Amino acid sequence: MNLELFVWLIPLPPLLAFFIILLFTRGNKRLSDIVAIASIVLTWVLSLVVFFSVLGIEHFGETVIESAVTWLPLGPTAETSFRMGVLVDPLTAVLLFFVPLTATMIFIYSSGYMASGHYWTAVIPSEEHESPEAHGAEAHAAESDNGHGHDAEVLVDDFGQKVTRFDATAWKARFMAFISLFAAGMLILTVADNLLALFAGWEIMGFCSYALISFWHNRVYPNQPKRITPNIAGIKAFMTTRAADVVMLLGIVWLWSYTGTLNFREILYDPETLAALANPAFPNLGIGLSVGGAIGLLLFAGTVGKSAQFPLHTWLPDAMEGPTPVSAMIHAATMVSAGVYMIIRMFPLLTVGFDGHTFTPTMIVIATIGAFTALFAATIALAQRDIKKVLAYSTISQLGYMVAAVGIGAYVAAAFHLMTHAIFKALLFMGSGSVIHAMEHGEEHAHEHGHHFPLDFDAQDMFNMGGLWRRIPATAWTFLIGGLALAGFPFVTAGFWSKDEILADAWAHAPIVFVVLAIAAFLTAFYTMRQIGLTFAGEPRTAAAEEATQTDWRMNLPLIVLAFFSIIAGWIGIPVGFLGLDGIFRANRFHDFVAGSLLEHPETLQFNWIPLITSIVVALAGLGLGWLMYVRRPLRAGEEDPLLRVLGPFYNLFANKYYIDEAYDFLFVRPSQWFARNVSYLLIDRGIIDGIIHFIARSTEWWALRNKDFDTYVVNGGADEVVEGIGGLSNAFKYVQSGRLQQYLAVVLTGVLMLAGIFIWAIFLR
Amino acid sequence: MEITPLTITFGIFAIFALGGGLGVVLSRNLLHAALYLILSLFGIAGLFITLEAPFLAIVQVLVYIGAISILITITIMVTRRVMGVTDSVNNQWPVAAIGALFTFGAIVFVLVSNFHGRVAAGDVPADMIERIGLAFASPQGYLLPFEVASLLLLAALIGAIVVARE
Amino acid sequence: MIPLHWYLIVAGALFCLGLYGILARRNAVAILMSIELVLNSVNLNLVAFWRYLAPETVNGQMFAIIVFAVAAAEAAVGLGLIISIYRNRQTVIVEDINLLKW
Repeated sequence: MNLELFVWLIPLPPLLAFFIILLFTRGNKRLSDIVAIASIVLTWVLSLVVFFSVLGIEHFGETVIESAVTWLPLGPTAETSFRMGVLVDPLTAVLLFFVPLTATMIFIYSSGYMASGHYWTAVIPSEEHESPEAHGAEAHAAESDNGHGHDAEVLVDDFGQKVTRFDATAWKARFMAFISLFAAGMLILTVADNLLALFAGWEIMGFCSYALISFWHNRVYPNQPKRITPNIAGIKAFMTTRAADVVMLLGIVWLWSYTGTLNFREILYDPETLAALANPAFPNLGIGLSVGGAIGLLLFAGTVGKSAQFPLHTWLPDAMEGPTPVSAMIHAATMVSAGVYMIIRMFPLLTVGFDGHTFTPTMIVIATIGAFTALFAATIALAQRDIKKVLAYSTISQLGYMVAAVGIGAYVAAAFHLMTHAIFKALLFMGSGSVIHAMEHGEEHAHEHGHHFPLDFDAQDMFNMGGLWRRIPATAWTFLIGGLALAGFPFVTAGFWSKDEILADAWAHAPIVFVVLAIAAFLTAFYTMRQIGLTFAGEPRTAAAEEATQTDWRMNLPLIVLAFFSIIAGWIGIPVGFLGLDGIFRANRFHDFVAGSLLEHPETLQFNWIPLITSIVVALAGLGLGWLMYVRRPLRAGEEDPLLRVLGPFYNLFANKYYIDEAYDFLFVRPSQWFARNVSYLLIDRGIIDGIIHFIARSTEWWALRNKDFDTYVVNGGADEVVEGIGGLSNAFKYVQSGRLQQYLAVVLTGVLMLAGIFIWAIFLR
Repeated sequence: MEITPLTITFGIFAIFALGGGLGVVLSRNLLHAALYLILSLFGIAGLFITLEAPFLAIVQVLVYIGAISILITITIMVTRRVMGVTDSVNNQWPVAAIGALFTFGAIVFVLVSNFHGRVAAGDVPADMIERIGLAFASPQGYLLPFEVASLLLLAALIGAIVVARE
Repeated sequence: MIPLHWYLIVAGALFCLGLYGILARRNAVAILMSIELVLNSVNLNLVAFWRYLAPETVNGQMFAIIVFAVAAAEAAVGLGLIISIYRNRQTVIVEDINLLKW
């Protein structure tokens, strides 16, 4: 069988699904579902075929599956042309395992999630006289393809309040199309064999993140002025990541100009290239930064944006405005993972010059940012009320773990945690989506019993939940498993093994990072149990929680599948000589496999008790503390968060995300807007450019008028004058022909006299 | 120069001719003009006599005065207009006068400068009239012009009848 | 003897009088009369030259006699024309006979 062909085909089905849905099956939700899910399943099958095939190859890593075509002929021979193609090495294989898996689960979940639901906006008094379509649906009314007529209606509740109720499932086909495109972008990035193709997939996902975050683009919150709307959240995500992508592109360009290639194997697996990249970048500055390191820093900027590290983390929590499957897709399985994947892939470049002991400046920067972000985001997650926001900050924190791992040189550990995190974070997001759906259904039932519209009711606020253990048990159990994996519950969850490996590496090489990550692990476990306690434990705190229901199998099945993997996925990475049991744990299968991607295999760590004890202690301590505060004595309706008393003033600081968004708004957003409005628009565009054009138009018009004057007076006048002159001349001359004979005779006489005069003068007088 | 009877005769007839001519061109009344014409023609006839060409004088009187002047008078009578008095000259008469004056000047200048003071070359033979008669009949003479002239008169006769017919 | 140039002057004056009459008179008959004056002046000239330059020949008188004939013919036809015009247009003022004009 032709493995290379299969690899080429992997990104294709979702891409085709995107076009097919948009062009042909827009009107039919069911058909669009089938197309999208069939495509991702096909990709999953292809990926598994490739994955299991490469597992059997000896020394996979030295030998890889690669295939390329000439993309851009830059010279006469094949060597000088720019080639693009696919590459499957051990790292790629790992991704090919979990990316299509999680994507398939999310697709199935989406088809269930997007099959029901409404969202509500208040009818603002100034807009009351407009039709519902004009209020929110605007030009996209043509896109409403639910086939049920208009997807928005204005209702009046018992208290006389007017609201517009939008059907959240109206654009389901568009949704499936976009997540198909998203999956295609991720897969392109995964199988790419060069940085440019990777960047292409990167940017496709950037666009899709915008399209999907702002999916319900007509949703506004007039009653919550501080809350960001999906429209703006999408722009924010796109702008932030785009700003980072510009710096990344600089890195790509520098790399190309320095080495002449962007192919992974040619740069990262070639000792000569790596040696060349170790040359100092700025010799005069004496900071010991090599070219590879400098390029790596520029590329890392892209990861800071895409994987939401500090300081470009602000887009990710606001991206929760998108539908929950989008959050699962973007913030767990794919997009943020792409950022980490990229720096894992470029590890040899970033760490060029690393001899195993002294960190290069690049690595110091990366590790610092990663570790800081891990702790920073964990603190914010402590004080969040929204179930999805907790998970968002948790994602930022876990990505910080992976980034820090790369920074300290823990190549395999980073890849390991990437895989396990994708699985349990997707599970957690989808679980939270089930919870939210259940709450919304419960609220609608409650509404039927005579309450007012759920306009101000936040179905995502954990303080409105409670007691959901009994109402939605399947969701609750899977969510618990995912949460334990996130917290790193010892031995039986995948998250434990991957997090432990990072901590082990940190203890061995960078104790400061170890301390920071340990604290972050403690906080992670705590807020996870807080979240589970508030959501599921105790008694329902609102009428909606009392009546919450969830029965769609399409949403439960993926949770179960991913819960299964959350448990077993960690066991392939059990370190060598674990617990001192050299006999049982002889080889770290994951480590050996993935390490083959690098030219120089990283050493396997010696087993050390301290990191293990630390990770067990912090996980159990965090979980235990959370259990004490939120589960043993669950919160009742109307009670405030006990954490408020514990943290005091810090609670608000965390809850408001350290006011960073406000700072950015003041420092960057408002000046940009001012600049865009006053300089670009008013001054340059309207003033200068339009001014020039108007000037040209006016001068042309002036010139045309002068031409007209010239024509009227000079040409016409002149011509007329000439004509009239001739006419006048004729008029004067016509009298010669008077018809009077005597006049003619007189003229003749005059002529004769003249002749006579000449003759007389000539003959007689000379 | 001496004043001989010939000179006085010449003078009288010259005055007749010129005076008559003036009368023709200047008189308002057309009939008066015709009579002045007759006077002028008489004067010419007299000048012919002083030039010792009596035959021509007779012919002048017969033809001109006897026929042409009568014709003119009859025409005047036939074409008399009933309307009131009109100008006798048109509005280009100054031009005509000046032209005529210049013409007179030119003629006089040329002729007088060439023939000033010329006297008669010889005498007229006594049988001049016979010679004239013989010349009219001889082929080496003026027979042809004589015949042609009669043809001319015939044509004029026919033409006048045709033109003037009702 | 009378000098030749006296006759020539008289003839010339008659000629010019006739010329003036042709050009200035309005009545067609008057113009014809002026034409007769001119012809007569020509005759006078001819005879004068004959007498003073070649009196023994007949040429001068011959010429004059032919001129007589021509004058008579021309007068007859001309007057006939005038009468015909008078019948057609009720006028003999030559100014009014101007159809060949602009």
